[in-house]
Amino acid sequence: MPDLLLELRSEEIPARMQRKAAGDLRKMITDGLVEAGLTYEAAREYWTSRRLALDVRGVTPRSKDVREERKGPSTKAPEQAIQGFLRSAGLTDISQAEIQSDPKKGDFYVARIVKQGRAAEEIIAELVPAVVRAFPWPKSMRWGAASGPKGIRYGNIEGRGGDTLRWVRPLQSIVCTFGPETEDPVVVDFEVDGIRSGNVTYGHRFHAPDAITVRRFDDYAARLEAAKVIVDADRRKEIILADARNLAFANGLDLVEDEGLLEEVSGLVEWPVVLMGGFDEDFLEIPPEVIRLTIRANQKCFVCASTSPSRVEGALSNRFILTANIEAKDGGAEIAHGNGKVVRARLSDALYFWKTDQHDLPDLGELKVSVEKFGLDLEKPLDQRMARLDHLNVTFHAKLGTQGERVERIRRLAREIAPIVGADPDLAERASVLAKADLQTEVVGEFPELQGGMGRKYAALQGEPPSVAAAIEEHYKPQGPSDRVPTDPVSISVALADKLDTLVGFWAIDEKPTGSKDPYALRRAALGVIRIVVENGVRLSLSGRTDTAIEEFACQIADAGRAAIAHRNPDGSITLKRSRDRILAEEHPSFAFSRTLIHDGLERGEFAITQDALGSDRLEWKPRREIVSDLLSFFHDRLKVYLRDQGARYDLIDAVLASGGSNDDLLTIVRRVEALGTFLDTEDGKNLLAGTKRAANILAAEEKKDTRIAEAVDPALFREDAEMALYEAVNLAESKAGQAIQDEDFSAAMRALSALRAPVDSFFDRVLVNDEDPAIRANRLALLARIRAATGQVADFSRIAG
Amino acid sequence: MAPKLPDHMHPTRSFQGLILTLHEYWASYGCVVLQPYDMEVGAGTFHPATTLRALGPKPWNAAYVQPSRRPKDGRYGENPNRLQHYYQYQVILKPNPPNLQELYLGSLQAIGVDPLLHDIRFVEDDWESPTLGAWGLGWECWCDGMEVSQFTYFQQVCGIECAPVSGELTYGLERLAMYVQGVDNVYDLNFNGREGAEKVTYGDVFLQAEQEYSRHNFEYADTAMLLRHFDDAEKECRALLKAGAPSQGEFHRLVFPAYDQAIKASHTFNLLDARGVISVTERQSYILRVRELAKACGEAFLRTEAGGATYLSMDGAGRAVDAGGSVSAVV
Repeated sequence: MPDLLLELRSEEIPARMQRKAAGDLRKMITDGLVEAGLTYEAAREYWTSRRLALDVRGVTPRSKDVREERKGPSTKAPEQAIQGFLRSAGLTDISQAEIQSDPKKGDFYVARIVKQGRAAEEIIAELVPAVVRAFPWPKSMRWGAASGPKGIRYGNIEGRGGDTLRWVRPLQSIVCTFGPETEDPVVVDFEVDGIRSGNVTYGHRFHAPDAITVRRFDDYAARLEAAKVIVDADRRKEIILADARNLAFANGLDLVEDEGLLEEVSGLVEWPVVLMGGFDEDFLEIPPEVIRLTIRANQKCFVCASTSPSRVEGALSNRFILTANIEAKDGGAEIAHGNGKVVRARLSDALYFWKTDQHDLPDLGELKVSVEKFGLDLEKPLDQRMARLDHLNVTFHAKLGTQGERVERIRRLAREIAPIVGADPDLAERASVLAKADLQTEVVGEFPELQGGMGRKYAALQGEPPSVAAAIEEHYKPQGPSDRVPTDPVSISVALADKLDTLVGFWAIDEKPTGSKDPYALRRAALGVIRIVVENGVRLSLSGRTDTAIEEFACQIADAGRAAIAHRNPDGSITLKRSRDRILAEEHPSFAFSRTLIHDGLERGEFAITQDALGSDRLEWKPRREIVSDLLSFFHDRLKVYLRDQGARYDLIDAVLASGGSNDDLLTIVRRVEALGTFLDTEDGKNLLAGTKRAANILAAEEKKDTRIAEAVDPALFREDAEMALYEAVNLAESKAGQAIQDEDFSAAMRALSALRAPVDSFFDRVLVNDEDPAIRANRLALLARIRAATGQVADFSRIAG
Repeated sequence: MAPKLPDHMHPTRSFQGLILTLHEYWASYGCVVLQPYDMEVGAGTFHPATTLRALGPKPWNAAYVQPSRRPKDGRYGENPNRLQHYYQYQVILKPNPPNLQELYLGSLQAIGVDPLLHDIRFVEDDWESPTLGAWGLGWECWCDGMEVSQFTYFQQVCGIECAPVSGELTYGLERLAMYVQGVDNVYDLNFNGREGAEKVTYGDVFLQAEQEYSRHNFEYADTAMLLRHFDDAEKECRALLKAGAPSQGEFHRLVFPAYDQAIKASHTFNLLDARGVISVTERQSYILRVRELAKACGEAFLRTEAGGATYLSMDGAGRAVDAGGSVSAVV
């Protein structure tokens, strides 16, 4: 079976696009072959910075003939219909058609059409140009004379206007050969925008610039390797990693591995050569993360950790590892030297940033208002940065106001949460005030991923209490399911306040996550709240907290004078309009707004606020009740996902959530689910579940039929002892379980319910609910309803499987 | 070939030798070697030989040095790598020849960079100039990890699709010179290639100016006056475009003078920005205003001879042509 070799050679393809592009090429070509009726045994893609290549093995040489039968008109049909049939079936004369008989319709024509199979080469010659033209590059370009207007010639090339080929960078040549292993493959001949397919490629740009004629993949890869090009990206990665480790080891150091950087670097070279460079030890006073990111982002080099026994945890050495693309004549001395110079210049900048951040800002005078607002200390550098963040009105989100406003809200919220989680409210407030200050530092400006971490370092340097410094970093945590959850009460207060404020804000402006889209990482924020609450055992009323968070927003809008009540809408909601100078309020006393008024409006839950944040778009806030309940059910969804990942049963979570009660305290929900799971594992639990379900099923069936069910159980109507026994047991269990739930002793509640098992079982054994006397039946149904109600205090048993 | 330069003029020994070598290289290729544009610009791209000539269908190959002013980058002469006034070497080839990468590498070899000794790399860098309404795809060219040039295939300039596409090469001359001379501080560059008492360094020529301009850019530039100048330049640009607007079958008559005003507005904005008097929200609107001027100039340029308004008939085809939708039906 023949093999196909395809190479699309271009100018340097951005490293981040290569892997996906090669995969797309494989998929598009193999899909196209299959669609055209060919099969293949295996396909694998290769790539370097200058080429995408594809090796397809065992392609069928021809697509099969396809036989098709087409029914035509009756033999008695008019000439016109027969002519039409001939045309559509591709026949020249009606004698080429067969005649078939049908007992009902009589004789009619049938054409047997054979669609000839096509040679694979022919299919490939059509397929490749189509794939090249439709290739899904994230960004593509036009180039050269062909990009000129139609009809204008530049030398021997004519402009193609809008029809010109687009590629990620100029496409230079196409290799396309096809043939069995035993023979010389042929060039599949085609042309794309003036580029004619062939069997010639080129090696390394500097080491082997001459033309190389290739036959099939095996000699293609081998000849390229001889021409200092390794087409297998994973092999390049292995070489770089192994050589880098060895080089570090040989110098008594540890390579700091970085998969993302390795992938990128392997896409920048065709012939990797690993070298080591260095910088002055003085730069090591810069935090290691900053050094690593500086060298990585700007120079795409690896750093090495020191292995000296006296080293500090995570300390770096003053050596770095670079990957060159050539075997330099001097062994790479010049290259290492040159890279070292650039690294030193970059580290000088980083050192400058690190030091600048610890010094006074200019123009401290203009920060006064912000300093007072947040109770800042202008002697301290990080306080100055917070003042500037507020002073500059840096936008957090166009519809949600500035970072300064955000910090104000978080600060109040954190202070309120502090006593609940056992934190000192003053420390929580101080940590909140400084939490976002590092956004104004030079280092975070350069490396946004260091937010929080840098704030902590600077806070420690200016003598903040350790829990405040830690909270500045940890309030962003946990960043995902595997990230560490903060445990310090101060960190917990700020982390919860920050996440709740974010969630409420985006919910209010209806920017909720949808499907795979979650640009503001709101799922992560909700999971963060859940993990902090559950893993630290924090009791928190979520709806209460979200409510407070909404109020913070609303009052802020009012306080800033950005809103005034303008009119009541026909639907009963209120529209607030901007009034920066409050003139509107004074001129129209009836429309005057106040914090109380807004508070009351929100309280009634009928509220829509129109905020005109920057004097441009009007912003509709959703009614407060809707935000709270919607957000709560989002929390419940995330809680289900979280608990399921922890191995809890999905149906138990549903059952507990459906039972009503205080569903906005996540910790309680989790404890109830745990207790329920334990109970259902016992014999009593299983039987009670069965009995309760039976009761519930009977009730549901009767409710559907509109059978009368007594309002209350009347013992006078009991006819069997089992009825009385159950009645007494239910009364007792209900009150005991109710008390236990109030005490939040969910095991005790389950124990109380387990006493119901025997009476329920014997009731169903001995009593026929469907008595002939409607009064007795109604009474028995009422008794069943009591079982449902008693168990329902703990969970909705009908939602439990089994 | 050109006569051999004296030794002290070798690009590895003198800043001016580097410039002359590049001139010679690109002149041999057939470029028009121009002198710097006589206005303050932020980059070589602003020179009308690039901004305007990149538009329309006419072929155009040019090379020139352009002093570039970035008021915000001033460091009072204290930073060895950063200047508020520096030189770019700019090459524009339209349409870009298919071997532009090889031509570029040839120019590096001409100034003494051996590609088998130094690691030369094309690293993704998509170029964009919001003020010019321009963007293109290309690379930063690295030499041993240092960015020494910018290599761009213009896709759009002045908001107009380039047809054909131009290749633009921008060499950072000081960086390149520091590299080939092996110098760590820009002010230590040997300017004239002489040694001893005859040696003139980059610092001798520019250090005092860097200090003075840094003061000017950050402390003394009269912002009220600059704000006025910005408005004036904007008005004048629009007035000139209007006054020179073509009647049926004629060319636009005032594109270059109008474009000068767009350049003026752009530099004035950069000074205001350095003085810190433009807020984040205002910033965007200033950039937009300059872009609008650049766009209007670009559109007007297409209605001139240099812009190719008659080039179509010269081709003998005599038909309206799709050149980014702007050329057709002008003549």
